[in-house]
Amino acid sequence: MTMQSVETSTGGGEIRAYLKAHMRDYGLLLALIAIMVFFQLVTGGTLMRPVNITNLFLQNSYIIIMALGMLIVIVSGNIDLSVGSVMGFVGAFAAVMIVELHMPVSLTIAASLLMGAAIGAAQGYWIAYWKIPSFIVTLAGMLVFRGASLWLLDGQSVGPFPPSFQLMSTGFIPDIVPDTLSQPLAAIFGLVKINVLCMGFGIAASVALVWMGLRARAREAAYGIVGEPVNFFWLRTLVVIGAILFLCFKLATFRGLPNVFISMGLLTVLYAFVTQNTTIGRRIYALGGNEKAAKLSGIKTERLTFLAFVNMGVLAAFAGLIFAARLNTATPKGGYGLELDVIAAVFIGGASASGGTGKVIGAVVGAFIMGVMNNGMSIMGIGIDYQQMIKGLVLLSAVIFDVYNKRKQA
Amino acid sequence: MTTILEMRDITKEFPGVKALDRVNLSVAKGEIHAICGENGAGKSTLMKVLSGVYPAGSYDGEIHYDGDLAQFRTLNDSEARGIVIIHQELALIPQLSIAENIFLGNERARNGVIDWNETYRRTEELLRKVGLRESPGTIVDTIGVGKQQLVEIAKALSKDVKLLILDEPTAALQENDSRKLLDLMLELKAQGVTSIIISHKLNEVRYVADTVTVIRDGTTVSRLDAKGLSEDKIVHDMVGRDMSNRYPERIPAPGETVLEVRDWSVWHPDQAERKVIDAVSFHVRAGEVVGIAGLMGSGRTELAMSLFGRSWGRNISGEALLHGKPVDLSTVSGAIAAGMAYVTEDRKHLGLILEESIRFNTTLSNLKGVSAGGVLNEGEETRVAERYRAQMATRTPSVMQKVGNLSGGNQQKVVLAKWLFTEPEVLILDEPTRGIDVGAKYEIYTIINALAAQGKAVIMISSEMPELLGMCDRIYVMNEGAFVGELAAAEASQERIMSLIVTE
Ligand SMILES: Nc1ncnc2c1ncn2[C@@H]1O[C@H](COP(=O)(O)OP(=O)(O)OP(=O)(O)O)[C@@H](O)[C@H]1O
Ligand SMILES: [Mg+2]
Repeated sequence: MTMQSVETSTGGGEIRAYLKAHMRDYGLLLALIAIMVFFQLVTGGTLMRPVNITNLFLQNSYIIIMALGMLIVIVSGNIDLSVGSVMGFVGAFAAVMIVELHMPVSLTIAASLLMGAAIGAAQGYWIAYWKIPSFIVTLAGMLVFRGASLWLLDGQSVGPFPPSFQLMSTGFIPDIVPDTLSQPLAAIFGLVKINVLCMGFGIAASVALVWMGLRARAREAAYGIVGEPVNFFWLRTLVVIGAILFLCFKLATFRGLPNVFISMGLLTVLYAFVTQNTTIGRRIYALGGNEKAAKLSGIKTERLTFLAFVNMGVLAAFAGLIFAARLNTATPKGGYGLELDVIAAVFIGGASASGGTGKVIGAVVGAFIMGVMNNGMSIMGIGIDYQQMIKGLVLLSAVIFDVYNKRKQA
Repeated sequence: MTTILEMRDITKEFPGVKALDRVNLSVAKGEIHAICGENGAGKSTLMKVLSGVYPAGSYDGEIHYDGDLAQFRTLNDSEARGIVIIHQELALIPQLSIAENIFLGNERARNGVIDWNETYRRTEELLRKVGLRESPGTIVDTIGVGKQQLVEIAKALSKDVKLLILDEPTAALQENDSRKLLDLMLELKAQGVTSIIISHKLNEVRYVADTVTVIRDGTTVSRLDAKGLSEDKIVHDMVGRDMSNRYPERIPAPGETVLEVRDWSVWHPDQAERKVIDAVSFHVRAGEVVGIAGLMGSGRTELAMSLFGRSWGRNISGEALLHGKPVDLSTVSGAIAAGMAYVTEDRKHLGLILEESIRFNTTLSNLKGVSAGGVLNEGEETRVAERYRAQMATRTPSVMQKVGNLSGGNQQKVVLAKWLFTEPEVLILDEPTRGIDVGAKYEIYTIINALAAQGKAVIMISSEMPELLGMCDRIYVMNEGAFVGELAAAEASQERIMSLIVTE
């Protein structure tokens, strides 16, 4: 192999190589956009109504939150089948504390998150230190916590919750410009009233995205790393910014930023940062990529696996609280089967079942793809039977696309 | 003599890498043809093109085999024409028996039901042919690498082979095992089988080959008649310049004792009554390169791994002192923190994360060195990876290249870089030059010497005795889990070492 030939070879080859290697990322983004456009058309515009967009976020918040933890579990080379049941169980636990025992909301939230951590630790212990396959341990966990929810609630639904608890899921952040001012102002100019905070948030996020993107490019250039071709960078960034501004505008014309949108957004940014930019994130990828090599590199693989499950437990508990708050009741069957949606989201997002690969952003986009499909198909009135079949096929196609891509590269 | 294989103007590109650039190879019927070249020159790639691993159409150029134009789409296509390749990495299934491995995918069966009598009978025949005295039912995992290599060859022979390709078959073998394998090749030649062998061990090339093709940077440099050919000529063509010395000079200047190990004993992790390391004591001084010689299975790797964070074995007892003070080496991170590094002999399974980049792997053992407050500094990481890439002359288009895409020798350099970056005081090297070309070996030896000159203590485990003799100040000889002798550089020789092993 000639080094010179690499340096003098036309840029075309490198660009093609780059695109090939990142086909998956572009594909995922395109798929989400295509699916949204498709449902927008077939639902006659219902999908993108402000109220429906708002609903979309509310409905999928708990899936996305759990997908963050699931991504880490899957990257570390494991799986967690118990998250749906754990989520339901923690919701039930919170309901009993608040509704039946009249505990304060803040105490309940803290206790619930601790409960999640304890459940994660209990499962993670066997997986990490006893090397029992996570599939088995969490399958057992799924059964146990399904039963535990039933037992705790005595087979009954428990609710409703006090408003302060509901706010966590159904509340909105108050606008910085009060309605009493913005309403008449909008009326004067004959425009729709918008939520200034929400729009401002969208603009700020867009600016931040461009800034970070440019910085990353500058860094790559400084070290001579072949990065994304410049026109692709701008095209992609513009598409993403366009989507952000569009969604924020929709939210702004309804009730503004939902509380859960903020917690979800912050968590996503946090987990994206932790997985990509910190030593602990790096170690998780190493663990999933080759456990033995990671261990011989001085990585405490057992503890890391354990922590991945503790983290998953906490996020499942948080999702459980949001879920219960949204329904305003805890049902004995809450969370049934949701683990499958979460796992599907992570795999659609490009994670590999053998561990070591996958990105937080991918998992979030994967969750949105599932969410938009659920929502769109429900609006269209497609039965749950067809919905499940279609979702299954989408999951399969995403993974086939992955494998196909890998083969092409080899 | 007729030509059985003619590869013309073969060009193969990977994203960002031109691995082969109009390579020509011509092999005469019935000969043993050696391919030599530096790490990353394209030897393995050329063989993968030939055997259909890279299907026709994914490369440019023509392959003429046995009289006609060959366009193999899969391994099966080439096997059907009698071309069998034994890859650089062994492809046996460790949990299966020898017989099962030999006939894997090619089972002796009637209507899908395996005929075990036939299978065992044929296996025995084949094992006799390759000179391996093992029962066909033996689980592959329980025999040594040398024997496993023979099983690979038996497997190749079971397929009615006309052209046998061996990619670095002796890289993991001890000298006597290597010799057995090479003699087997000569025997097969007598039976009319044509072979292609890739090897970095030039003495072996001279021993078996009739013709040598040298590849450099993806192009054919020369085709040499092996008769009267000198190793220096091969080396010259491989690296493009003369190399008068194989081992760089070093003036030994040992200082104080850095690491001292006393009465180190280790039991087998699964077989409770088997003591694998028996009361071993040794020491290494600052600025010293100490070798551990021994046969395959003598316990050298087990000793090193048990020292390094108890990564192998059970009921480990004994004492380890660093600078005269007891040191806790019970975890890998503790051992690294204490200043130890262990470069594994099994880079694929224990050394690297193959799916990740060179940069990722280089900094993995010392993430602290490229982060602040737990947040990674990618710029710094890139700088570090680039530094080692330059220092070791690792051949790659970029440090962002996946390690799995590198040639075997270049992967080894990444493992070394990873451990050098932890800036160890005691560096244990387990077969550090396995699969590495002469030029790169010299570079690695130079690095080892530089470390010693900085006052680091280096322990070198190697199955290549000339390497130990050329590099070490002192050599411990190990046999069956115990140290049976210690030789100073001046008194050490291949014969002395062997006699120490044998007399035990
Ligand atoms: N799948 C791949 N993708 C990208 N590059 C590759 C791939 N396979 C091989 N290469 C590159 O092609 C070049 C030739 O590799 P090859 O494995 O043929 O070398 P080699 O001569 O066998 O070296 P060694 O002696 O180290 O085994 C190397 O630079 C390697 O990095
Ligand atoms: Mg090779």
